[in-house]
Amino acid sequence: MHPSLAPDSLASDARPMADTPVLSIRGLTTAFRTDDGWREVIRDISFDIHAGETVAVVGESGSGKSVTSLSAMRLLDPHLSRVSGEVLLNGRDLLRLSEAEMENVRGNDMSMIFQEPMTSLNPAYTVGRQIAEVLMRHKGLSRHDARAETIRMMERVRIPNAAGRFDQYAHEFSGGMRQRVMIAMALASRPKLLIADEPTTALDVTIQGQILDLIKELQAEEGTAVLFITHDMGVVAEIADRTVVMYRGDLIETGPTGKIFADAAEPYSRALLASVPRLGAMAGQVAPLRFPKVDMETGAVTAEPPLARSVDYTAAPILSVRNLVTRFDVRAGILNRPVGAVHAVEGVSFDLWAGETLAIVGESGCGKSTTGRSLMRLIEPRSGSVTLEGRDLLSLGGAQLRGMRRDVQMIFQDPFSSLNPRMTVGQAVAEPMVKHGMIGRGRAGRQRVAELLEQVGLPAAAIDRYPHEFSGGQRQRVAIARVLGLEPKVIVADEAVSALDVSIKAQVCNLLIDLQERLGIAFLFISHDMAVVERISHRIAVMYLGEIVEIGTREALFANPQHPYTKRLIAAVPVPDPARRRMRRDAGASELKSPVRALGYEPPARHWADLGGGHLVMQAE
Amino acid sequence: MHIFIAKRLLIAIPTLILVSIFVFTLQKLLPGDPVLALAGEERDPATLDAIRAQLHLNDPIVVQYGRWIWAALQGDLGMSLRTNTPVTQLIAQKLPVTIQLAVMSMIVAVLCGIPGGIYAAVHKRRKGDYIVNILALSALSIPNFWLGIMMILLVSVNLGWLPASGYVSPVENFWLSMKTMLMPALVLGTGLSATLLRHTRSSMSGVLKSDYIRTARAKGLRPREVILGHAFRNAILPIITLMALLFGELLAGAVLTEQIFTIPGFGKLTVDAVFTRDYAVVQGVVMCTAVAFIAMNLVADVLYAFLNPRLRAKL
Repeated sequence: MHPSLAPDSLASDARPMADTPVLSIRGLTTAFRTDDGWREVIRDISFDIHAGETVAVVGESGSGKSVTSLSAMRLLDPHLSRVSGEVLLNGRDLLRLSEAEMENVRGNDMSMIFQEPMTSLNPAYTVGRQIAEVLMRHKGLSRHDARAETIRMMERVRIPNAAGRFDQYAHEFSGGMRQRVMIAMALASRPKLLIADEPTTALDVTIQGQILDLIKELQAEEGTAVLFITHDMGVVAEIADRTVVMYRGDLIETGPTGKIFADAAEPYSRALLASVPRLGAMAGQVAPLRFPKVDMETGAVTAEPPLARSVDYTAAPILSVRNLVTRFDVRAGILNRPVGAVHAVEGVSFDLWAGETLAIVGESGCGKSTTGRSLMRLIEPRSGSVTLEGRDLLSLGGAQLRGMRRDVQMIFQDPFSSLNPRMTVGQAVAEPMVKHGMIGRGRAGRQRVAELLEQVGLPAAAIDRYPHEFSGGQRQRVAIARVLGLEPKVIVADEAVSALDVSIKAQVCNLLIDLQERLGIAFLFISHDMAVVERISHRIAVMYLGEIVEIGTREALFANPQHPYTKRLIAAVPVPDPARRRMRRDAGASELKSPVRALGYEPPARHWADLGGGHLVMQAE
Repeated sequence: MHIFIAKRLLIAIPTLILVSIFVFTLQKLLPGDPVLALAGEERDPATLDAIRAQLHLNDPIVVQYGRWIWAALQGDLGMSLRTNTPVTQLIAQKLPVTIQLAVMSMIVAVLCGIPGGIYAAVHKRRKGDYIVNILALSALSIPNFWLGIMMILLVSVNLGWLPASGYVSPVENFWLSMKTMLMPALVLGTGLSATLLRHTRSSMSGVLKSDYIRTARAKGLRPREVILGHAFRNAILPIITLMALLFGELLAGAVLTEQIFTIPGFGKLTVDAVFTRDYAVVQGVVMCTAVAFIAMNLVADVLYAFLNPRLRAKL
């Protein structure tokens, strides 16, 4: 092994004198070149990180937290940005280094992991090569030695069968495994500082827990300083020693995480924390409850009333799904014959009543989105029945199908790509109504569009503006207005609030509750976010590998989860309370199993335990 | 890998059959009777019928097609009605000339277009990018015939560096052959390199924005390693397909360029055959071009799949 890699020599120089910070940011100000000259995006940011310490930088989108880290790494395009102040890494000002000197620092003394493990690895090279590259570049290891050290590193981040996976490509790894690869790459040269920019945001909640534990564990072994950027207060509470709160480019407050959470000095910090949905906040509450209104200026919290409309469960359900099955063929060979099938949705049954919200929760690949799409027939299911007010949707064709689509509408996750950038907001909202012959293109139609915009809390003046002029939350409101125009009876909301900042998320959820109260719309709320689901839903269905494993009222499910997967899902949600920081979980690399089955596989008959009150749990075989 | 290539070849067969039917029908639909053209001054119906019978033109069209395709498969594309030489022989004479021109033009295009495109992408929206783009746009806008004539005037007539026209086989005299073909290759390559440059620039600048390039930079790799190692390797993929298409076009012959430099290539053969209604030659040339196109696409697909691990896994 290379001498400089001996663990003890590193341990000693990774811990300089306790009072010298590893990273010291002083008066960091970054401006971007815009059409109207330079615009400052972060102003006068100062904080320190000591060896072995984790500092979280939190804030909503646009707060400048990522720009802070990219400025420190000097990864911003020098032609489009201007960085001033000081970034001292072990006393050396990085902003004064030449580009060539900086290249020797990056990936060596400080390294970085990013949010999107799916796109952060080069698809053209093996993962092993991409990790080994760091060692060859910075430690001068030969190809052979770098390979050995890389495999060791892959083992340390608990990638099973590391030696065998060295020569595999990124697309052969799951999201969680890719993030492990990124961590191995970042820590390969044993940097003194690790910058983690939303490293778990794109991951499922059970995988998120594993990755956080892994980072903590490696940090403890090496004494690495960690700068952790996140918008998720649960993650902050879980991992950070100290917290830096940012808002619109300014550093609002910095202090020990416990103090910030318990007793923040600044109103904005309190407001940010107050808007975080907390799992368990709904204990004893029967109806869905609006998020409290938080004043971002003062931090004052005003409680909002719960949903004032009860669901009539004695009536016939508005939507009934029975034994829905959707499979996708896996094809291979010279004739492209199916060799297996992805059992995306397998025997899913549930009812939805008017004015009710049923949440479908589960992790990526569990089939929750496919369920939503299948019952709208955006994907054709293989078998099963979907009945909307007595009509079987799966047997409809042509005009009837279009009529049905008016009654069941969908809102999607990404408000940025689901609106046509070349249509004004008014046109976008009017289009479906015009297509269904509900309004003309004249004055009356315009009047109706204006009404709808007001109904979702947008100014009527928005009608002639284009989507790019709106923020993510506002766009999601436009998408909701577009759907409302058709007066649907059921709305399938597929991760409709997942991409939004906490405060915006709360507002949009409240809007959905308002609409349900006023119009009696039934929501099928597809989400992975347990804390939001707890607020908004009457009943919850938990999906795992294409099947519903547990379904019941929200109260019953959270108070008394029965299926092991439900328990695991609830336990994995980070709690935004540093005092309740959990003991170490199993940091091993358990992965979701795959729903790909051999051709002709039919799942066994399932047995259900009825716990009363509609709480059903799938029994283990 | 073998399965992938076999699949591609299987797909190529119906394409070829379709092209051959198209070529065959086209010729039947064209106005003008080849029998009349052959008979010359003779207008005696008996003689015309005799010629028709000799050429099997009275058979049902399906039989005619079958006869033609069967012969074609054995390398017999018929006789040129005009010069009475086998079409295969004509093609065999002209094809090497065209291939030489195509290969040399492509080399010029790749040498200028790809580095130029990379440079422009790296210096996007800066002075270097603008200069390269202006050059590329000019290269695209200048007509080949004008550029050819100007180069002949400057390089051959005034400076006397290169021969102005003609063709020498590389087997006879390699260096002279290269010298003779250099100017036409430069003329053809200019337009191509601009096309390649524009596409390389857009592909490359897309890749340079991607997350894994940021990762590569965050690892401390040097700009050279980031650009040529990580970015170019991904940016080249769509360019390969484009190059195959461009190369196929080159094989179809560059009529104007061949005319200006009096190169006895495919383009000239095609034009002459069309004007004299020499159907057998037209058929042969079109079939040959179609085969070339399909072959180039096959090469591109295989190369693309080979360079793209996501597809390679499925090979």
